[in-house]
Parts: sequence; structure tokens; C-alpha cells
Amino acid sequence: MSHIENLTLKIWRQSGPADGGRFETYQIPEISDEASFLEMLDILNERLINDNAEPVTFDHDCREGICGTCSLMINGQAHGPEKGTATCQLHMRKFRSGAEIVVEPWRASAFPIIKDLMVDRSAFDRIVESGGFITAPTGGAPDANLIPVPKAVADAAMDAAQCIGCGACVAACPNGAANLFTAAKISHLNLLPQGQAERYARVEAMVETMDEYFGSCTNHGECEAACPKSISIDVIALMNKDYRKAKVKNRKELSRT
Amino acid sequence: MTTATDTRLDSKAPAGPIEDKWNNYKADVKLVNPNNKRKFKIIVVGTGLAGASAAATLGELGYQVEAFTFHDTPRRAHSIAAQGGINAAKNYRGDGDSVHRLFYDTVKGGDFRSRESNVHRLAEVSVDIIDQMVAQGVPFAREYGGLLDNRSFGGAQVSRTFYARGQTGQQLLLGAYQQMARQIGLGNVKLWNRTELVDVVVIDGRCAGIVVRDLMTGQIQSHAAHAVVLATGGYGNAFFLSTNAMACNVTAAWRAHRRGAMFANPCYTQIHPTCIPQSDDFQSKLTLMSESLRNDGRVWVPVNPDDRRAPDQIPESERDYYLERLYPSFGNLAPRDISSRAAKRAVDAGQGVGPLKNGVYLDFSDSIRRLGKNVVEERYGNLFEMYERITGEDPYTVPMRIYPASHYTMGGLWVDYELMTTIPGLYAAGEANFSDHGANRLGASALMQGLADGYFVLPYTIGNYLAPMLNKPMPDTSHPEFTKVEAAASERFHRFLSIGGTRSPDWFHRELGKIIWDYCGMERTQQGLEKALSEIPALYDEFRKDLRVMGDGTSLNQTLEKAGRVEDFFELGMLMCRDALDRNESCGGHFRAEYQTDEGEALRDDENFAHVAAWEWTGDPMAANRHAEPLNYEFVHLATRSYK
Repeated sequence: MSHIENLTLKIWRQSGPADGGRFETYQIPEISDEASFLEMLDILNERLINDNAEPVTFDHDCREGICGTCSLMINGQAHGPEKGTATCQLHMRKFRSGAEIVVEPWRASAFPIIKDLMVDRSAFDRIVESGGFITAPTGGAPDANLIPVPKAVADAAMDAAQCIGCGACVAACPNGAANLFTAAKISHLNLLPQGQAERYARVEAMVETMDEYFGSCTNHGECEAACPKSISIDVIALMNKDYRKAKVKNRKELSRT
Repeated sequence: MTTATDTRLDSKAPAGPIEDKWNNYKADVKLVNPNNKRKFKIIVVGTGLAGASAAATLGELGYQVEAFTFHDTPRRAHSIAAQGGINAAKNYRGDGDSVHRLFYDTVKGGDFRSRESNVHRLAEVSVDIIDQMVAQGVPFAREYGGLLDNRSFGGAQVSRTFYARGQTGQQLLLGAYQQMARQIGLGNVKLWNRTELVDVVVIDGRCAGIVVRDLMTGQIQSHAAHAVVLATGGYGNAFFLSTNAMACNVTAAWRAHRRGAMFANPCYTQIHPTCIPQSDDFQSKLTLMSESLRNDGRVWVPVNPDDRRAPDQIPESERDYYLERLYPSFGNLAPRDISSRAAKRAVDAGQGVGPLKNGVYLDFSDSIRRLGKNVVEERYGNLFEMYERITGEDPYTVPMRIYPASHYTMGGLWVDYELMTTIPGLYAAGEANFSDHGANRLGASALMQGLADGYFVLPYTIGNYLAPMLNKPMPDTSHPEFTKVEAAASERFHRFLSIGGTRSPDWFHRELGKIIWDYCGMERTQQGLEKALSEIPALYDEFRKDLRVMGDGTSLNQTLEKAGRVEDFFELGMLMCRDALDRNESCGGHFRAEYQTDEGEALRDDENFAHVAAWEWTGDPMAANRHAEPLNYEFVHLATRSYK
């Protein structure tokens, strides 16, 4: 096993939403290359507690890249330098001795900072609550094999459904747009036969809720590059197509008459 | 050992033949009129599979539901990390599956230590779960013709596991979360995020509500309800190193235990056979590799402990495929407890592989030759990628290294057939209860149980409790008991902040975990457990004198949150060891070295231990009272488990 030496961490510290915040510098003299990035922060926090200083607050949970709790802009990249990888799965072997590493929270007006590196992402929940579901109350579902789903369709839906809701797409976007997140959810459901009944109502409601909180998409594609699940921006095209159709046919209006 | 049968431990299992019990129950159960449901408030704590599905369904039915999670959003719950799949007795393969076979496999897999009536109900509703999840849009794996695909899992000889790549838990949780989100949008469910349960309130012998802490502000607050559901997961993090997420904890269940809910079988913990071996001391958690990998991977170690050659240089004749050798009919798909102990025996015999000689190989080269790399990639691609990210090794060319780790806890709050704890009005669902898996859980059964409890059991059983309470006055949060519990909770967090010692909660957690793992882990002995029972209280003493928590109690403080959780693990750890010490037999995940067959398999003592041990809080965790619920097997014949 080998070690990486003399890392300089510049970490964003902010005691609460009202605090202005600033960078603070910490030295890491030596760290094993087997350690994950968050384990390095754990070790730093243990040291801070030993030194009677307040540890760095950051969101994390499963450390398997699936719960979507972790975040962090590392050297300006959402989830750091490794493609298709969440921060919790990033290992120190990706860094060189002597490196300076800048660690910031997600920066987006829809994700206000709570403390240090932790932000509030609940705007994502509002989008899902507005239409990110199939209405299927418990109890009355038909036998599962009565709804055949061609494999290619199920696979495409699964590709979109992999989204872990971490918010990297928003953090990476120069406009702070949530189009990749919203489109991934919409595509998952709109591709499936079960999702057809609410297809246009769903896209309308979700896009409009998204617009209440987030910036607009101008096709930079930064979101796809930052996504730890490598979700393709093709889903945004699908969302836009369905949204346009929903608006043209204006189903909300038609159903009222 | 004191073991008394207690009237509070009446399982309330309905009479009749096993296949009619649940139908009979539903036919007789008291109902609440749809217009009256809105008069009842139900609190659901935890938003994993069990909690989210319960909150969604209770909200659909018309109850006022309030859901609590300490995460930023319900979708973070640890159900999301389940990889392999979900069992259901659909018999879509026509390979001989049936409700009865799933029932029998589960009872046998649990080493005949679960309650027959609950397990049969689980097998019955398993088929409804798949229908429900498909209707909600869960993108399960499909055949080319569009029908659902299945795979097989440990402890079964049929293919009954439904899956969504290696992310089945994620897709099922998103399904349940979306159903709950719909109810939140409609105003039927109110969500409290970043809010942690810190106590349960009992008034006049009934659960009257909960006391919570707002993690953002530190504010302690009461919530009253007619019924409370704890769906707060298991306690695998007692070992510190486990495959559980970092925040998983026993606090909700433990606080309920301290208020009178009995805690059942705490020594039944599951050690999962396929995790990535520990690489260093600073490691914060272990990563699971789905058991589904054992469908196509072959487990082996070098015959010669001193063999230092690379795996592909070791000829077939010098490899020991020990699972295939010892258990020919189940082979690499032997149940988890059996596979884990076999791996431990190999490593203890010096045959371990890897730099620290702390793993065994899980080799895919035969499957890649037989099926082609594409098929293997299709089935396990994301797991292989995850393995490579963590270890830096490519499992397509080098066999994976795996070793067992703490993964799931079968023990939990004691519940009756209605999932009610020994506190009336307080329910436990999912991993938080003890009910369905006996002494060992089969793969792909946790997701099944969580969703069964939340979607298909609680919505019926809660009504039975609430119906007679219609229009009766209920204590609200101004009741002095709420005030008292709130004050005690505030005092507790203040105490952590004012100790001013030198060690962090994480330091204590790591030390505690080592003791529990060493003496109450994969193999237990009387001597070891007695040692643990002297070491844990000593360390706990130190915790109370030497804890250091920085910051304050009036803003977000992760160290303070952790302190409370670690304290509860201390008390639980003592009970785990007590329970393991008093259970003088080996069964499932509980392996006492003194009780084994000549071949090293678990040796049960049905004469003396065919019962559930339910522990009652007395104020001193070292002096809990042990009660027993006898397990009467009417429909299954008690047999020695054999997977040969």
C-alpha cells in the first residue's frame, strides 16, 4: 500500500445560512491511497475534534454511490475528477502528492447552504411531488405479466431511473438548471406503458414546478458530464418533446370543456 | 437464566389452517369508515421501503399521516442500497415454486426460529408486491418478449427473484417514495425531513406520540398521534464496520424499548458472505457485493495456505471450491450464514487471499467463458464497476476478493401478528421488527418483507386498533407526560455537550464495534461473551466521562447527533451479548462454538430454545428481563437444516 503526501485542502466553512462563509486551509501530511475522499474528511474531522475545533459538516450516508446524499465541488468539479463517480466512491489514488484541493458545497440558488458543505436540496422533492409518479393506489394492480414491457423499453426506462437525486447536474450547470434531474424522472415514467395515462399531465406539472425553483437550460451539457450515473442529456430532448406536445394539445384545457 | 412466558407476548395469530389465517383475519378485522379515517392521525417514522409504503398507503386510505425522516429527503433511506432483488412466489418460470414453497424456504432458511403465521402471510402477499410495483412503474428486468425476468438466490432451488439490474432496492424505494410523494402533494401525508426521533411517549399504557429533534435547529418538539409506526431499520451498525449506511442506528427502536417495547432476539445478526474485505484501519464502512453474484461466480481458495501465485496461475487441482464440495446440491448458493462461516473457516485455516489474506475468491472466469463477457456485464456490470472503483482491480480478469461482514439484523422490536409491539398503538415494520426471518434471512427477502409490512399488512391491522377509539379523547402535546419526556431529551443532549472529555463519538463507536465483532460476531463463545459483558460497560463508563462533542445544541451538529446514536448502541450491545450468552444453542446467524456438529454446522436445541427471547427493559441494560414466546410448529416439521 502506498501513501499520498502533503495535500493542502481549502475547504468552505460557513456556520449557518446567515454567515458569509470563507475558505479555510488544512494540511494533510499523509493519507493512504486506499482511503476514499470522505474517509480523508473523516480523518480530518477526528483531528479537528482532537484540536478542540469544530469538524467540517458534510452530507453523506451510504458511501456506495447509490443514496445520493453526498455532494461536494472538488476543484470546481461536481463529485470530483473521476467520471461517473459520486464523491463517496472517489478514492485518494486519483490525487497526486503535493496537490491543492478546493472543496466547496453545491453552488445554486435553489440549493441554499445549511452549514459548511451541506445544502438544502428539497426543491427536488417538490418536483417529484408535483407529478413524478404513476397513480396506482395500493391494492388493485393487475398481474404483473399482464403489462408486457419490451426489453429495450425497460432498459431505456432503467437508464433514466438510475438517477440518485444528488444534485450534481444543478451544481455543474452554469444556469443552475435542474433539467437533467427532472427529465430523467419524466423519461423513466413516460417511456413505460404504465406511465402513458398521465404522460402529458406529468410533464407539464413537473416542468412548471422545476421552473419555479431552478434556472433555465441552455444546452451546455455540463450536467451529463457531472452525473455520477452518466445519465444522457437525450432525456432532456424527450422531456422537451413531451412538454411541447402537452402544451400544443393543451390537454389541461381540453379536459375542462 | 430466567425465562418466563408472558401474557404480553401473545402472538394473536388467527386460528385455522395456515393458508387461511390471513384471509380469516381480514374477514374479521374491524374497519374504520372512509369518512372517519381522517379523524385519526398516524405517525410513521422512517421512510425506507416499509415506512414509505406504509405512509403512502395509509394516506391513500384517508388517514392523516405524518412521516419523519432524519435524511434530507425520504429517498435516501438505506433500502436504496439493496442490490440483488426481491422474492415472490409467482412461479413465472414454472419451476415448481408456490406460496407454500416460499413459506417453507423462509422458515427453513431462518433455521426454524420464526413465527409460522407471519411467514406464511409474507409468502402470500409477495405476489401482490410484484403486481403493485410493476403498476407503479418499477423498471424490473425483462425478457425480450416483455415478460418479467427472474434469477435465483441463496437458500432456494427455484428462480423467484425479481430484479432491476444491481439496483433493485433503489428502484423499489423510488417506487414507494413516489407513491408517498403523490400523497404529500395531495396533502394527505405531511413530511418532516431532517427530523430525528429521540423518544416515544406512552400515556395510560398506550403510545401517544413521539418527541423529535429538529436537526437544523436542535429544537426538541412533541407530536401526538393515535398510532405510531417505527420503520427505522436494523442495528447492524452496532459493529461499527458494516454494510449499513453511516447514519443507520438503533435509536428509535431502542428508545421504544426503554419505554416498554420488548426487544426480541437481539443476537440474531446476519453476516453477509460477499463483501469487499477491509483494507485498512481507517475504513469507515464495508461495501457489499450482491449475493446474486454467487449465481455465476464460483467461490474458492488455494488448497495450499502458502500458495502465493496469482489466481490464474493456480491450476484447478490446487483450488478448493469449498462450497461446491461441502454443499453439492446448493453449491455456491448455500444460505448466507453457512457461506459466511465456511469463508471464515477457510481464512482461519490460513487459506485467505489478498494482501492481508483476509478474503476468498469469487471467480467469474468460467461464466465469462460459458456465457460471454457481454452477458456477465449485462447482469452485473454496475457491481463490477463498483468493485473496480474501490479496489482498483478488474473483476473481468482477476477474481473478486470477498469476505463476510455485518449486513442485516433479524432481531428487533417484538411484534405480534398485527405488527404491534408490546406498547399498544406502537407498531414496528421492516427490519426494525423481528418477525419473519427467524435466525437467518434469505437473500432478496428483506425488500419483500419491508414492502409487505407497509403496503399489505399495516393498512389492515392499524384499523383494527383504531376502530374502537373513534371519537374518544386523545392526549395532546400539552399533556404533562410530553413535557416531561421533552425535558429529559433536552437534558440528555445538553449532557453530551457538557462532558468536555477528549474522545469523539466515532472513536467510542469504533472501539465498541470491535468488542461486539470480536465476541458477538460470526462466532460466539461463553467465555468471549462474558468478556464482552465486562468490557462494554467499562467502555460505556468512559464514554460518559470522556466524550467530547464540539459546537452547540442549537444549530446543525452532526457530532451531537452521533453521540446519541452511539450511546444507544452501547446499551444495545450489552443486550446483544446477554441474549447470545443465554441462547445455549447455535441457530442461523447465531453460532455458538460450543454447539456444533462434528462437521462444524450449527447445532440447534429445539427442546430448550424453540422460542423467541423477548427482553424487557428494567432501567439497567445489564439486568434486562428475559421472556419467551414459544414457537409452535404446527405446519412445518422441525428438521435439521441441510443444504448438502
